[in-house]
Amino acid sequence: MEGLGGGRPEWPTAAGFSPSFLDVLRASAPEMLPKLIGGSTGNAGGLAGVAEGTTIAALKYAAGVVVAGDRRATEGFQIAHRDIEKVFPADEFSAVAIAGAAGPALEMVRLFQTELEHYEKVECAVLSLEGKANRLAQMIRANLPMAMQGLVVVPLFAGYDPETRTGRIFRYDVTGGRFEEADFHSGGSGGRDARATLKKRYRAGLPREEAVQYAVEALFDAAEEDTATGGPDPLRGIYPLLVTVSDAGYERVADSEVSAAVDRVVAERHPHGGELGPPGVRRTPGE
Amino acid sequence: MAMPFYVAPEQMMKDRADYARKGIARGKSVLVLEYVDGLLFLAENPSRSLHKISEIYDRMAFAAVGKYNEFENLRVAGVRLADIRGYSYGRQDVTARSLANAYSQTLGAIFTQDSKPFEVELLVAEVGAEAATSQIFHVLYDGSVADERGFVGIGGQSEELTRALRQVYHEGMTLEEALVAGASALNAVDGRALDPDVLEGAALDRRRPRRKFHRIEREEIRRLLGEAPLAAES
Repeated sequence: MEGLGGGRPEWPTAAGFSPSFLDVLRASAPEMLPKLIGGSTGNAGGLAGVAEGTTIAALKYAAGVVVAGDRRATEGFQIAHRDIEKVFPADEFSAVAIAGAAGPALEMVRLFQTELEHYEKVECAVLSLEGKANRLAQMIRANLPMAMQGLVVVPLFAGYDPETRTGRIFRYDVTGGRFEEADFHSGGSGGRDARATLKKRYRAGLPREEAVQYAVEALFDAAEEDTATGGPDPLRGIYPLLVTVSDAGYERVADSEVSAAVDRVVAERHPHGGELGPPGVRRTPGE
Repeated sequence: MAMPFYVAPEQMMKDRADYARKGIARGKSVLVLEYVDGLLFLAENPSRSLHKISEIYDRMAFAAVGKYNEFENLRVAGVRLADIRGYSYGRQDVTARSLANAYSQTLGAIFTQDSKPFEVELLVAEVGAEAATSQIFHVLYDGSVADERGFVGIGGQSEELTRALRQVYHEGMTLEEALVAGASALNAVDGRALDPDVLEGAALDRRRPRRKFHRIEREEIRRLLGEAPLAAES
């Protein structure tokens, strides 16, 4: 279609034979690529007025992988959103979870989803899981100038690999470094606390129910330790967002199942075995 | 400098149209049929990897006959245009009408300005939320567009094919009925019973979640046709 001449609609032809949507945008509509923003803040705690997402986690189970995220976004010390979603389908057999500056991260997810679907349509073939993970790494690397100014986007990518018939988890750093995790990973401000729980609980070949339970428990622990991570909110009916990716594809875990898992965590930890005790009864130091 | 011979515009257009039609006539036919849950595409295509029918966007599909390199170019350009539009506006703002318009403008300009017209004929179809809201656009090599209802056949024998479809088409067909009707129309035009292995099938199924397009594998076509004997065979 190159050189079709004047008087014709402007086709995005400059990208040549590339099956990449990013290349098409770069060549034909560069103004639509997420851009470097002006000014420098040097504020590692995030920019004022910029919503930030917090704890995300992924762990493998027998049939695939569970990906989870809490629902809180913060702006400085304020809660910006109570019900934000941080886990998205990248395509039918993979999920991407985001931590960091919510605006650029959501844009990156949208671009990544379009990129995968575009490749699939143009090439009439689905990218390998490895290929998808590498593509995401390149997009994070392209975001490095923004990351240096405080708008850090560090996603977690997980999916079902039809070649190995297992779930696989990839984590990234701001420079676009891509690291495959053998069992589990969690990121964001509460990532350390969530990881501590997963480390204690994880074992290979977990059944789905247990993997869901441990993911909920990990987010529960992260919310207890980290101000920027939201815990389950039964008052408003807001629960962590969990999905499974297996050979059946990307599936959201029902809120009822997540709330049941939360109840089990509470029951296990409550001094009265889940029954509410008399008012004022709680564990105090020295008791 | 030598002066070129004068050629009347009528003659020039006629020559180009003949050239394009000849090229298209060498290819095999493609058809689209409306059925109860959406649109069914059927093509005679021995290749399993070089498709004549493909996905453009959530509710949209593309089918073509003619020269492969030319329609493949148009297909990829269509996917790019649709993805850019959906990314910059919203997914529901990508419509078959605007894509058919873009194809029409391009093919029209190529037909009159380039040294050789494209030897292609296209279908751009969009499945609606309910029956009778689907849109089918038929774009010709010279850029003319027709908005069709129910069924269309394209290719060298498009008139015969559309005539055969008119006889077998009725509203509210199931996928299986539509497949049998489509295959029998292709058979009637060909004058012989086609092996289901040379049929490429795809559908835009409105019951699917977001991406309505899906391919109907040859084994599935064989199974669906096997259960109902073809009209043309009897």
